[in-house]
Amino acid sequence: MTHGLIEELASGARRPLARLLTRIENGDPSIRPILPELFASGHGAHVVGITGPPGSGKSTLVNALIGEWRRRGKRVGILAVDPSSPYTRGAILGDRIRMMEHAADRDVFMRSMAARGELGGLAATTWIGAAALDAAGYDPILIETVGAGQSEVEIARLAETTVVVEAPEMGDEVQAIKAGLLEVADIVAVNKGDRPGADRAARQLRAMMSTAGGRVERSPPKIMVTTATSGEGVTDLADAIEAHRAAAREPLAARDRAASQVRRALADLAGGRAVANPAWDETIQRVAERQLDPLTAAERLLDGVG
Amino acid sequence: MTDTPIRILIAKPGLDGHDRGAKVLARGLRDEGFEVIYTGLRQTPEMIADAAEQEDVDVVGLSILSGAHMALLPRTVELLRERGMDEVLVAAGGIIPDADVTKLKAAGVAEIFGPGTSIGAIARYFREHVRRT
Ligand SMILES: Nc1nc2c(ncn2[C@@H]2O[C@H](COP(=O)(O)OP(=O)(O)O)[C@@H](O)[C@H]2O)c(=O)[nH]1
Ligand SMILES: [Mg+2]
Repeated sequence: MTHGLIEELASGARRPLARLLTRIENGDPSIRPILPELFASGHGAHVVGITGPPGSGKSTLVNALIGEWRRRGKRVGILAVDPSSPYTRGAILGDRIRMMEHAADRDVFMRSMAARGELGGLAATTWIGAAALDAAGYDPILIETVGAGQSEVEIARLAETTVVVEAPEMGDEVQAIKAGLLEVADIVAVNKGDRPGADRAARQLRAMMSTAGGRVERSPPKIMVTTATSGEGVTDLADAIEAHRAAAREPLAARDRAASQVRRALADLAGGRAVANPAWDETIQRVAERQLDPLTAAERLLDGVG
Repeated sequence: MTDTPIRILIAKPGLDGHDRGAKVLARGLRDEGFEVIYTGLRQTPEMIADAAEQEDVDVVGLSILSGAHMALLPRTVELLRERGMDEVLVAAGGIIPDADVTKLKAAGVAEIFGPGTSIGAIARYFREHVRRT
């Protein structure tokens, strides 16, 4: 059964890939047994995270990058993640609007996903989803997430190359970039380069990177100016992303990323097991009543002692 | 697995200019707990079918004003079935004459919602009719 699926993916058939992504998205238990083979059948695609604040032009930039990579003869896979409403679980997934010109291109596969608010689940979903696209022969694979919450930043960190897209308009936004996203960026695309202020923001960022400490373990991100709507700067951006692929695969960088991935998987696994423990409710209640400290509670839930 | 949100693709095929109604529907269905993939204006049946295939949606909702419904709707259904999406529910919203409604249903369109239909009623219809395999 697994065998048939892997072959179907490799053949470029789109329906089986789409159905597989649905199962992955739903956390369907039937995915677990096929994971090793799914990963093993990957072709080593370059996984690129695209993140940044809402409205900065991520989807428009992804659209332009798809065009650029199609001209270079590449088959491009895209996962675009948008937040779900915590109240209704509903979501509007609007990234596709910007990419419709590629909808009928057989060498582009684009999938919208709702974050669905599960703890840690999103990271697993996007990783397995990227593995499915890899098995289907797409390379590069772009993962668009809104760089707002912790989990989105984490997904960006799990990618081999992370592009942070900013469209600074207000003076204080540079500070906001500094606060969180810059730490995960390999490349910063200062987008909306057609607007006044983009070049100045890029200069500010470069100056900041040369003086600010705190990133001794990684080289500072490359700061580029793009105009996603006209395509200006997009060839350079695609070049920079491709150039970073080699750096991302140096042994130390690969090890760091592997450690993050395993840590993430470990947290998911442990969390899942603890929640499934029949003593969960009772243990939580005891912590609530301050009869038990959280660490001991976690240990007992993991040990299955309860 | 049946408790995962219903996925619907909303598109506006044809050439007419605005998509206010489609956007209101998209937000309304989001509030009803649906995952709404919104693809915007001026879509061809091919673009809609290809997007629906990649998104593996349960429902394709088409907003129609242009009067080109007899050309666009059956064609979209046909392309979806060609792609193996036998279960996907195709529904349309807009002002469509009764005689055409009968023909469209015969061509595989599941339901046509007239202009006054509430979003609650549309959501209920989808919840009752979506089939998953
Ligand atoms: N002026 C200008 N507008 C842009 C540019 N890139 C994107 N936009 C616009 O910014 C808005 C948000 O773009 P979108 O790609 O959806 O942003 P996302 O939320 O980050 O994915 C849209 O109206 C785009 O047309 C750009 O380079 N210049
Ligand atoms: Mg977007």
